[in-house]
Amino acid sequence: MQYAILCYHSEDIVGAWTKQEDDAVMARLALVHDKLASEGRLGPVVRLLPTTAATTLRKDREPPLVLDGPFAETKEQLLGFYVVDCASLEEALDAARDLAKANPGGAYEIRPISIFHPGGATSAT
Amino acid sequence: MTDLGWIDSALTSARPQALAALLRYFRDMDIAEEAFQEACLRALKHWPQNGPPRDPAAWLIFVGRNAALDHVRRRSRLAALPDEAVLSDLDDQEAASAERLDAADYRDDILRLMFVCCHPDLPATQQIALALRIVSGLPLRQIARAFLVSEAAMEQRITRAKARISAAGVPFEAPGAVERAQRLASVAAMLYLLFNEGYSTSHGEVSQRAPLCDEAIRLTRLLLRLFPAEPEIMGLAALMLLQHARLPARFDREGAIVLLEDQDRTSWDRRMIDEGVALIDKAMRHARPGPYQIQSAIAALHARAGTAAETDWTQIELLYSALEHAQPSPVVTLNRAVAVAKVRGPQAALDMIEPLAARLSGYFHFHGVRGAMLLRLGRSEEARVAFDRAIALANTPAEAAQIRIHIDNLSAPQSRDGRHDT
Repeated sequence: MQYAILCYHSEDIVGAWTKQEDDAVMARLALVHDKLASEGRLGPVVRLLPTTAATTLRKDREPPLVLDGPFAETKEQLLGFYVVDCASLEEALDAARDLAKANPGGAYEIRPISIFHPGGATSAT
Repeated sequence: MTDLGWIDSALTSARPQALAALLRYFRDMDIAEEAFQEACLRALKHWPQNGPPRDPAAWLIFVGRNAALDHVRRRSRLAALPDEAVLSDLDDQEAASAERLDAADYRDDILRLMFVCCHPDLPATQQIALALRIVSGLPLRQIARAFLVSEAAMEQRITRAKARISAAGVPFEAPGAVERAQRLASVAAMLYLLFNEGYSTSHGEVSQRAPLCDEAIRLTRLLLRLFPAEPEIMGLAALMLLQHARLPARFDREGAIVLLEDQDRTSWDRRMIDEGVALIDKAMRHARPGPYQIQSAIAALHARAGTAAETDWTQIELLYSALEHAQPSPVVTLNRAVAVAKVRGPQAALDMIEPLAARLSGYFHFHGVRGAMLLRLGRSEEARVAFDRAIALANTPAEAAQIRIHIDNLSAPQSRDGRHDT
């Protein structure tokens, strides 16, 4: 079984870290990544840009509504995610709109990726 | 990170929210600051034992408010509220204040806290110093170092500024839409001043002053989270990120300024650039351009060029014309002239620069750029006079050194352009 580990933390606190503190955390995480990678168990690792860079597509209506900011409702749950290569936010929104047509209801939060390691885990199910 | 390190980050990040709420309760900056201070002391005592609360800001507001009310109650012999030691985390008593944190008026609290620092009677440096002290909670020592003045001088400056704003009165009524927009614009301008205070650093002062840029970015992100649909705030955040991304390349090992076109672009901070570009993308969807968005778009064109030669100067000139239209200023025209020199040559640029002489005669960059244009036109003697004038007006030794290179090159006419946008 593959597991996704989703990272939650207070953005205010992480944003208040100095560059040295941030680098130190990333260096400690890298050691854990290396261990998992050497065992062939590490899939993609992603660090997202802050929520201020997020845009949300509400697809519970037609046409879907584009809102600035992250998805902030609590009555829906995170069920999955995509990583899509896009030249601009408009392109990302187009991709999200296509997905929305196939699966209306709920919302997509579109968040640029800051760091992406593709990883090498192979045991896809 | 140690436990204490975590607490430090938590207190720093909760400060604007908590202090803003306490200011709303007590309507007095000194009482609010004392209440917050007291709450921080209690946090340092309780958090290491009980673990961090789920919502540090709500905890600090609740405890700070109780602490300040305690003083009043003790005097009036009323029963004190329960001690925060019995509170492991958010319970019913805290729920009320936590609820207020989500309320729409809460963003106006933080905006108000930032806005009181922007009082028009206060000179720019005092606005920034006050914001660093009140909103960011930076220690006096650090603020003094950043402004390169003594601690005593900075303390006096902040005390005076505080007296000024308390005499003027803090606006507590909920702002209307027009007033909110005006406050937002004032706060944005103050944050950009704060950023520039850090950005206009010389190499030797980077360690003291660059943190001001980080702080300006942090506060602008906070503002953007409160007002997520404001394209000019997106533009401001983008502008700061794109400029700050160049910091690692702005000085050489000897501390001399490295001009934008000579910078090692591989050392620019990619994460900041990505974030800046993403914010511009978001802002553009609103089709409501403004000065910060235009300036950030210019910065993005520099960031997107893999080499200086690939820079899209035609587009940059267009954006500077748009900026001239949105925010007319001789400095903007001077910047546009630099782009014009790249697109249409030094004579066209010089024709734009000369009429600015009366208004920019005391401006270092004016003489630097003018000298560079004259030099490219082979008018060496006039160039030398302009460069001498620039050196006399240089703000830092590094700026003067940058111009001296031109003078040294006067005998060898293959000199570079006078780019001043580092």
